[in-house]
Amino acid sequence: MSELHADPDAPAIEVRDLHKSFGANEVLKGIDLEVDNGDVVCVIGPSGSGKSTLLRCVNLLEEPTSGDVYVEGIQVTDPDIDVDKVRARIGMVFQQFNLFPHLSVLRNLTISQQRVKKRGKDESTEVAKRNLDRVGLSDKIDAFPAHLSGGQQQRVAIARALSMDPDMMLFDEVTSALDPELVGDVLAVMKQLATEGMTMMVVTHEMGFAREVGDNLVFMDDGVIVEEGDPRAVLSDPQHERTQEFLSKVL
Amino acid sequence: MALSPRRRARVSRGIQYAVLVLAVLLAVAFADWGTIQNQFFNIDKVGTMLPDVFAVALKNTILYTACGFAFGLVLGLVLALMRLSPVGPYRWVSTGIIEFFRGVPALVVFIAFDVGISFAFPGYAVPGDKLGIATVSLGLVGGAYMAETIRAGIQAVPKGQMEAARSLGMSHTRAMISIVIPQAFRIILPPLTNELILLTKDSSLVYVLGYTSATVELTAFGRETLNQEKNLTPLVAIAFCYLLITIPLSILVRRMEARAGKAR
Repeated sequence: MSELHADPDAPAIEVRDLHKSFGANEVLKGIDLEVDNGDVVCVIGPSGSGKSTLLRCVNLLEEPTSGDVYVEGIQVTDPDIDVDKVRARIGMVFQQFNLFPHLSVLRNLTISQQRVKKRGKDESTEVAKRNLDRVGLSDKIDAFPAHLSGGQQQRVAIARALSMDPDMMLFDEVTSALDPELVGDVLAVMKQLATEGMTMMVVTHEMGFAREVGDNLVFMDDGVIVEEGDPRAVLSDPQHERTQEFLSKVL
Repeated sequence: MALSPRRRARVSRGIQYAVLVLAVLLAVAFADWGTIQNQFFNIDKVGTMLPDVFAVALKNTILYTACGFAFGLVLGLVLALMRLSPVGPYRWVSTGIIEFFRGVPALVVFIAFDVGISFAFPGYAVPGDKLGIATVSLGLVGGAYMAETIRAGIQAVPKGQMEAARSLGMSHTRAMISIVIPQAFRIILPPLTNELILLTKDSSLVYVLGYTSATVELTAFGRETLNQEKNLTPLVAIAFCYLLITIPLSILVRRMEARAGKAR
């Protein structure tokens, strides 16, 4: 097995001619994308446009049908690569939170540190406490996920991903399942992360977040990237007809 | 005169209660209470069964059931994981074993592992004597049922749980052990307990293996005492012993289901 040597000069994420089909249904029809270190890239588009699938191809939760994905210069689509090691470097936050309901908040944050990173109990607890503090939920350390609100669960999920000290974070419509009044807290945590320099790829419907925090905006429709560029420019003056049509509906 | 539907329902219910009361009165008036007490609830006959009914028979029933259940649980988990495997041959083998042992009467399995083995392979026997045969037979039959329950439990854990675990860098096996299987067992605790109740009763089949006064379980013990005493009381007594095991388990299942319902 080849060792994973990150190339510091390579982009954080590089996607080349990515295709993904589910049976006869081609969801991604040739995606090329780069995410530079420290950048926040927001991916928008109508449902079914393939934006979540693209995100899930980056950490290989979905196996691409063809094309290549590079993470920090490492070709993760290479069959000789240990996917688990790559995934441990990429934090992911899901629409449905996916906290482990049978474990306490603390255990949610420590279990993969101990099992994957082989950290001891004290160190992993220390890291967990630090990250819970980052998302403002230190007082929930002994709670179980079912006793938290959706917004709190999602912030715990972010803290759980951060506890693995990832080099980058993927966000898959993380505010879509939340009550409107809880969205702000989660976005605030993500904004904080962005200002701290975290590389982020964010699939979202939150145009305000994209405008304010994003370094790059990607509009996808029907499995292709239709338009991309500076978020403020794309949102206020979309060049492509499909982008205009989509934005006129959501803004 | 036509009665309204509600009045008709009331009259009908009144008649049913009247018939019920009448039946009870007739039973009390005409039943041979002396014979019933002598045959079913004869304290003297119960006395002759003590303490062996608890110290030997009940203990052995619990022992056979526990060993069979433990083996069945491990087997069921392995079969369930094989059933869910992407590798075809694992699935086929597992499905074959499950269908076979679910379809064949437990009694046949007992006979096969007892005399069947000794005829087919002279000189060989299942290790552990009667307990070994009981464990393997009960385990195979129970495991086949439990495999399907466990498989359903694993499939009932949302897919996002596995994905979240994998996204944190856990291997498939690690995610199964730490995340998916613990949640699956929470979901299937009630049906698994029901399986334990069924196995408790199936353990009575151990009698076909033959028994000594030390290895006798409840059913064989009851039958033996029944024949000695020419009285039905021993059978009532061992029936009560089965209920002593199964009713607490039933209550446990109901409690767990109530709690699961509340958590939802």
